[in-house]
Amino acid sequence: MSNPLLSIRDLHVGLPHRRRTDEIVRGVSIDVAPGEKLGIVGESGSGKTLTMLAVVRLLATPPLAVLKGEVMLDGEDLLKVDERRLRAVRGGEIAMVYQDPMSSLNPLLHIGSQIEEALRAHGASSDDAKRRTREVLQQVGLADPERVRTSYPHQLSGGMIQRVMIAMALSTSPRVLIADEPTTALDVTIQRQILELVTSLQAETGMAVLWVTHDLGVVASLVDQVVVMYAGRIVEKASTHRLFERPSHPYTAALLESLPGLGTAHRSALHQIGGTPPDPTRLSAGCPFRLRCSYAIEKCAHEEPELIDRGDGSAAACWRDPAQW
Amino acid sequence: MNKILAIGRRILSVLVTLWGVSVIIFVVLRLLPGNAVTAAMGVSEGLLTHAQVAALNRYYGVGQPAVQQYLSWLHATITGNLGISLSSRMAVSTLVGTALPVTLELAFFAMLLGLLIGVGFGMFSALHPGRWQDDLGQTVSVVGLAVPSFILGTVLVVFMSTKFHYFPSSLGFIGFFTDPWLNFQQIIFPALVLSLGIGAAILRTTRAAVLEVSGLNFARTALGKGVSRKAFIWRHLFLNALTAVVTMSGIQLGYLLGGTVIIEQIFILPGMGRLLITAINNRDFPVVQSVTLIFAAGFVIVNMLVDVAYSLIDPRTRKR
Repeated sequence: MSNPLLSIRDLHVGLPHRRRTDEIVRGVSIDVAPGEKLGIVGESGSGKTLTMLAVVRLLATPPLAVLKGEVMLDGEDLLKVDERRLRAVRGGEIAMVYQDPMSSLNPLLHIGSQIEEALRAHGASSDDAKRRTREVLQQVGLADPERVRTSYPHQLSGGMIQRVMIAMALSTSPRVLIADEPTTALDVTIQRQILELVTSLQAETGMAVLWVTHDLGVVASLVDQVVVMYAGRIVEKASTHRLFERPSHPYTAALLESLPGLGTAHRSALHQIGGTPPDPTRLSAGCPFRLRCSYAIEKCAHEEPELIDRGDGSAAACWRDPAQW
Repeated sequence: MNKILAIGRRILSVLVTLWGVSVIIFVVLRLLPGNAVTAAMGVSEGLLTHAQVAALNRYYGVGQPAVQQYLSWLHATITGNLGISLSSRMAVSTLVGTALPVTLELAFFAMLLGLLIGVGFGMFSALHPGRWQDDLGQTVSVVGLAVPSFILGTVLVVFMSTKFHYFPSSLGFIGFFTDPWLNFQQIIFPALVLSLGIGAAILRTTRAAVLEVSGLNFARTALGKGVSRKAFIWRHLFLNALTAVVTMSGIQLGYLLGGTVIIEQIFILPGMGRLLITAINNRDFPVVQSVTLIFAAGFVIVNMLVDVAYSLIDPRTRKR
């Protein structure tokens, strides 16, 4: 792998209280190279969104806070840069598409002025911003970009808003795109279209993409590398191909089993993982997945496994060797 | 076409409201003991004979059935004739003509100062929650809400006159066009007193609304785009808090019309409030009715302006 463009190192995010601190993200490290597509997969509450928000310092602080760690963009620690530099990075070098797009646009401003605002904040002239706005709205497959540009958010459908959000993020040609569940409200054809758009832009500009999702199906078709998160930690990191072929963590294996596939018999029940994800602020000793794990052993109750390299580009945090499952 | 219809409906609702107000004013005034003749002519002192009282009653129409009195008042008012003051024998429109500008000027300055205090400290508070700036704002709002304007007004008058021998009102009221500087000195202190309560209410609303908005997703989106702090604060936070601020300002402006009654008394300003109090004491019905109706009209107009402001600010309220 070439030098990482964005490197999250040992990131800890939590809720500091007077006497104790609840950790929600517990030591996450992720590297992304230019042009790389990385998927971040996990159930709700696994800490994937918080990790991404921490990258551009958009955590709701207080109550949340980065407790420890570094976020290096091309060798510069974003957690330490001043406000001015941070503003240049946000939207300019790292753009985000947020969960819940319907509430992510200012309800009182035109779509056009909101996209133009992003462009102008990063040095575009008024005319250029207008032209570029039309261009990106067209690129994300909106049928009538001119109408969308002059519309208010409440006049558009959920799918249109989601495409607007993606257009806004892509408008400044960022070096890193962080997309948090960006296609959940879109139907499959539009999803496909967006994924293709991002892929083609990536080829053009060498943009790195972090695709946060709970949908392994999206991951399979889009990304090169996958990071699987559980209870605030990375439990498995592997190339997409490797992950689907031979998962090294029981949680990943269970996620894959619950995917509906072509081979799944009609009307047969989908596999589901028993139990619920643990409250990350109330973890006891040991592996947080052990209570839902079919392969747990005595050791899992006492000691939490570290993320260990398994060779051939895969790492997993599990005491058991998949060969012994 | 739709727009004309909407405006028409709005005007109609204003008229209906004002009509309702006129009925209430009329009924309430008739329920008061005594009438214009007894109050103005000194019947209680026994200076007039019964025959004289009856003649006066007939002359002023006091003896007529209430409905007839109401209708003749309504007719006169609609045609622009507010009647003659029973105590001063001057046309009510003349009295109102000199009193209304004073009150409007007072209300204007009070509102302006209130907005400056409210929005200024409110934004200052909301942008630094939990820090000293916020404590300062909260202190201003508690003081503003807790100190009644008549106490503050009295204290201010006593303090200014005894400590500084400063009597801007002693010359009698000077109109703005006669001597703007003297007029300003007479208006600014009562306006300041009134503005404190208004400012406190607007401050609280501004702070709460801005804090709420800054926790919403689109505020995060704006930050994530890397917009300047100025744009973030005003285009995203304040703009979205503005409907709440406008609503509160409208309510306060409505109250303000009533609030001037006391303040005008304390600062001896010949405005609508003083006109009203004097008229009530004299059972001067034509004046009381007209002044009250004008206060009510002011309230209704302010509400209408607030509604118009909503549709200017928030596109979601436009299409209906």
